[in-house]
Amino acid sequence: MGRGGRRGATLDTRGLGMNTPAQFALVDVNNFYVSCERVFQPRLHNVPMVVLSNNDGCAVARSNEVKALGVKMGAPWFSLKDLALLHGIEAFSSNYTLYADMSQRVVDILRDYAPDLEVYSIDESFLRIEQVLPLHGGGVALGRQMRQRIRQWTGLPVCVGIGPTKTLAKFANHLAKKQSVFEGVCDLNALSRPERQDWMAQTEVREVWGVGHRTARRLGEMDIHTVLDLRNTPPARLRERFGVVMERIVCELRGVSCLGLEDITPPKQQIMASRSFGRPVHSVVELREALSAHVARAGEKLRAQQSLAGAVHVFIRTNPFKPDDPQYNASLLVPLPEPSDDSRVLSDAVWVALRKIFRVGFAYKKAGVMLTALSEARRQQHGLFTDTTTRTRDAELMKTLDRLNLHFGRDTIHLAATGTSRDWRMRSANRSPRFTTRWDELPSAQ
Amino acid sequence: MRTLHQQPQPLQGQPSAAPLRLLLHRMSAGFPSPAADDTEDSLDLNDYLVRHKPATFMFNVRGDSMRGASIEDGDKVVVDRSLQARHNDIVIAVVEGDYTIKRLHQQHGRIELRPENPAYQAIVLNTERPLEVWGVVVGVVRRLTRGG
Repeated sequence: MGRGGRRGATLDTRGLGMNTPAQFALVDVNNFYVSCERVFQPRLHNVPMVVLSNNDGCAVARSNEVKALGVKMGAPWFSLKDLALLHGIEAFSSNYTLYADMSQRVVDILRDYAPDLEVYSIDESFLRIEQVLPLHGGGVALGRQMRQRIRQWTGLPVCVGIGPTKTLAKFANHLAKKQSVFEGVCDLNALSRPERQDWMAQTEVREVWGVGHRTARRLGEMDIHTVLDLRNTPPARLRERFGVVMERIVCELRGVSCLGLEDITPPKQQIMASRSFGRPVHSVVELREALSAHVARAGEKLRAQQSLAGAVHVFIRTNPFKPDDPQYNASLLVPLPEPSDDSRVLSDAVWVALRKIFRVGFAYKKAGVMLTALSEARRQQHGLFTDTTTRTRDAELMKTLDRLNLHFGRDTIHLAATGTSRDWRMRSANRSPRFTTRWDELPSAQ
Repeated sequence: MRTLHQQPQPLQGQPSAAPLRLLLHRMSAGFPSPAADDTEDSLDLNDYLVRHKPATFMFNVRGDSMRGASIEDGDKVVVDRSLQARHNDIVIAVVEGDYTIKRLHQQHGRIELRPENPAYQAIVLNTERPLEVWGVVVGVVRRLTRGG
């Protein structure tokens, strides 16, 4: 289980990289949730399908066949029922347990190529690759190798974008995905200058990482329509209207790296809650209770500083000061489907982790939760998997919960984290089996 | 080991950086455990069965078509996707959208998925029905029922 030792290695490569100009790769899984379902249900290949959000409300992942029918991301399922009947679209409930496990596998494979890695979301990672490029014969070769290996090892299709900044790597990834000539791997360094400019001129400015719909509209008013337009605009001209963030985007589009990997989080960027037990704890139920309390506290702090967590780190350990007792310690990082400050989401992640790392037969002394990959709540990237109406309602609920607890004392109101009668449990009418994490739900072969 | 109350010694020029080493065992008051030097990690079945962790999956076996290879109904098999399937490997293959576990026979241009039980027929593969290997079976796990 020793996942703890990686940070040190990361620091070393960083130190070596001082003289070589940075190169970034962005690796992301195509139609991630849909692809996960297809790995384990071969009959679904080429079948039009969607994966629905919590409560089976909206389409949060669409297969290419469904995209071709014009179904938009986030389309409510009820509005699709006619289309579904007509084209035989199959709908699946979200199976986050499966997706988190498959995500972890992809990250593990990528870490073998470049230990310097930032898990950006459940289906995307940034890698620092300038040190390893020579080992693999350049960006395109490295990209193809990663793509081929992830495909073979996990069955998941990925696209790889490579460039000298994170913003350019993201742009390259967009080309890799949308332009078939690249066959899933686009290294901007391998293109000539005119070719690069040509692709930038062909791509709308709203595809740039960090440029949202509203910003794109305001840029349009300034006659900035394509990626190339934006790249060629003097940063100073943009600063007054859009602030330093936009200035940084333009610098990055010009190849000046302003954003590093965010894998080494400064202390304030993590929220920790842990405690030693007064007496040894043996059962998973007790550990779960303790961890639920911890994550509730951590969630309060998270919301108080108006952050969202991108991942939840859970650890449990026995008492190292009792060397005669059998020793065990384990930790697991669970990336969240999207950044969240919702105690229910965080608590679910804790349970996923605990079930994975818990072993019977040990006297546990300490357990803890760390919320990491924090981002500002205001600046959250909306779009992809966001159902904004439930999000606002959830935020209100969490605010009320915190206010009540502040008023009437801690734990006046808390989540019912044990038992199966939680009324907020996701409705998952058509969830696929948890193929990779449950003995009783393994795929069968005859 | 040096102790603090030795006579102070003058430093000789530039001291070389002293390597710090982490202690791998805990110091405790009282007698050291006589077994401390002999401890090793306990046996881990994952180490034994799993070569490529991110590429390893478990399948449940149904039926007795592989009885001859000592793979029984209800067994769990360890499947490694990182391996390229070769002649005589036991594989999980996809046939008509369903999983099957069989021995891959691949010789003289003839490709078959062979059961290890005379009661079953081999599945012959060709251009109309191409071979689709999901992963190579590298282990079998079975719990025994007591008294059975």
